[in-house]
Amino acid sequence: MSAWRVRDLHFCHRDAVRSAVDGVAFDIAAGRMTALLGPNGAGKSTLLQLLLGTLTPTSGSVWFDDRLVSAWTRKDLALAIGVVPQGETEPLFTVREIVAMGRYPHTGAWQRERPSDLEAIERAMARCSVTELADRWLPTLSGGERQRVRLARALAQEPRALVLDEPTSSLDIRHEMSTFALLRALRDEGTTIVIATHNLNLAARYADELVLLHRGRIAAHGAPSHVLSAERIEAVYEWPVSVVAHIDGAPQVVPCDGAVA
Amino acid sequence: MSPRIVRHSPFWARLALLSVLVAVSLVAAVRLGAISMTMSGMFDAIAGRGDPATIIIVRQLRMPRALQAALAGAALAVSGATFQALLRNPLAEPYILGVSSGAAMGAVLTVVTGWSVRVVWSLPVAAFAGAVLSMLLVFRIAYGVGRTLDTRVLLLAGVVVSAFLVGIIWLVLTFADDQSVRSAIFWMMGSHANASWRSVEILASCLVPSLIILFALARPLNLLAIGEPTAAYLGTSVEHTKLVAFGTATLLTAASVSVSGTIGFVGLVVPHAVRLVWGGDHRGLLPCSTLAGAAFLVGADTLSRSLAGANELPIGIVTALVGVPCFIWILKRSPEARLA
Repeated sequence: MSAWRVRDLHFCHRDAVRSAVDGVAFDIAAGRMTALLGPNGAGKSTLLQLLLGTLTPTSGSVWFDDRLVSAWTRKDLALAIGVVPQGETEPLFTVREIVAMGRYPHTGAWQRERPSDLEAIERAMARCSVTELADRWLPTLSGGERQRVRLARALAQEPRALVLDEPTSSLDIRHEMSTFALLRALRDEGTTIVIATHNLNLAARYADELVLLHRGRIAAHGAPSHVLSAERIEAVYEWPVSVVAHIDGAPQVVPCDGAVA
Repeated sequence: MSPRIVRHSPFWARLALLSVLVAVSLVAAVRLGAISMTMSGMFDAIAGRGDPATIIIVRQLRMPRALQAALAGAALAVSGATFQALLRNPLAEPYILGVSSGAAMGAVLTVVTGWSVRVVWSLPVAAFAGAVLSMLLVFRIAYGVGRTLDTRVLLLAGVVVSAFLVGIIWLVLTFADDQSVRSAIFWMMGSHANASWRSVEILASCLVPSLIILFALARPLNLLAIGEPTAAYLGTSVEHTKLVAFGTATLLTAASVSVSGTIGFVGLVVPHAVRLVWGGDHRGLLPCSTLAGAAFLVGADTLSRSLAGANELPIGIVTALVGVPCFIWILKRSPEARLA
């Protein structure tokens, strides 16, 4: 059963010479964790936006739950998919107010928060360990804390799929690992997880499937042991690497010293 | 109290406090002036008892003037808060999309051609038409650049259209006679001296529906203040919301400018002050800014006509000279980290 189905997808930014996404076709399995990998400019963020319907394909199609993404209303998509985007403006809101925004698709513009909404907000804050920050102003938080607040907001949506763009880019080891552990726990509860990341090694350990993008195309797709071979990573990232096995068996990419290009 | 912890006063308490401020400022505006009066004298005059001259002053001059100032202040402050959310820019103010220059253009043309003296209401009507035309031009440019409304392009379009119209205004004024130039400049500095019950009715009939629309958009505006992609991911129809909110705030500003001229500062600073004290949630920010803007402008107008004796100061001078120190005071007593 697939959550997303992508067929013959092309996307070209206005006035761009090269397509950002150039003939991509793959399925994202429901209830699994899929990691989108690839060097800078490979098309990860563009592909995420196409999956989320904030960009319209130049050609080809994206289905979510067997319906074209373009046929969904924003509200219905927000009920089904939680998103942790990369950068945001950070106006004067408290942490609780930000997390409460995750209930917007459930309450709409007018309705007051019901007890069930308040419970979902508290649960989401607890899971991301931001409960003690609840009454702080967002601009007073550290980068890592803000990242966790955004994750809490997505959890407050109570979605069946979660899409994250570089969710651990500004986190220290403890918070990065606890984020991945949380994502695995959510996956075990049946949530579909799609994560774009540069951390190949954590992706190899935690994700069920990897999708490796290179210049807008899929270079490899499948289990980590299949995708992460030294030759393939060297070709895609243009840097010498060796691949070793982690204690738990997952392939781990170790960059070698190399000539500066 | 740790400065980093928000102290929430309940919503109704803020509204009650600000409503009292509005009421006090309105009473002060009606009582104070060249002829001052006691409370009972004021209520007698409102009820139509006592000295006929006082009755006329209160009923035909001071009451409409105070109410127009309140309505204009409310309109500018709520529009400013809306623009700041939509453009995610702390420098955004109601005039940023060229509305004031368009209105000034219309006003200057009626002044220079002499219509403003010959035809009653020609000036505000022309100012409103100018404001709406410049707004349409700005949106036309912004939509011409991309399929969706890019707020950065909109902002730039507002600035350049404004610059162009100001150029035309000065070109026209260069060839105008001294009296016209003087009237035009006075109009541009803003004043409530021409207030009448008719202008109060018109402004109120624009303000009430606009407030209903904008208050209803408070939650989507919260999401848009964070970012358009995030707002979309959380279920907002972004383009639709932007169009309605921009349109409403701009038309409201146009209505205010056309009856009272361009009064600066209120729309920029009142929302910031409210935000610094109570935070950025638009469910509270929009109503509180509305009331605070009303109280502030009524107070400023009262000062503008009582400070300089028989002469009247342009209200823009008072809003800046009184408002800036107030704002600095609020800024200084707010925790530094709240400034985002």
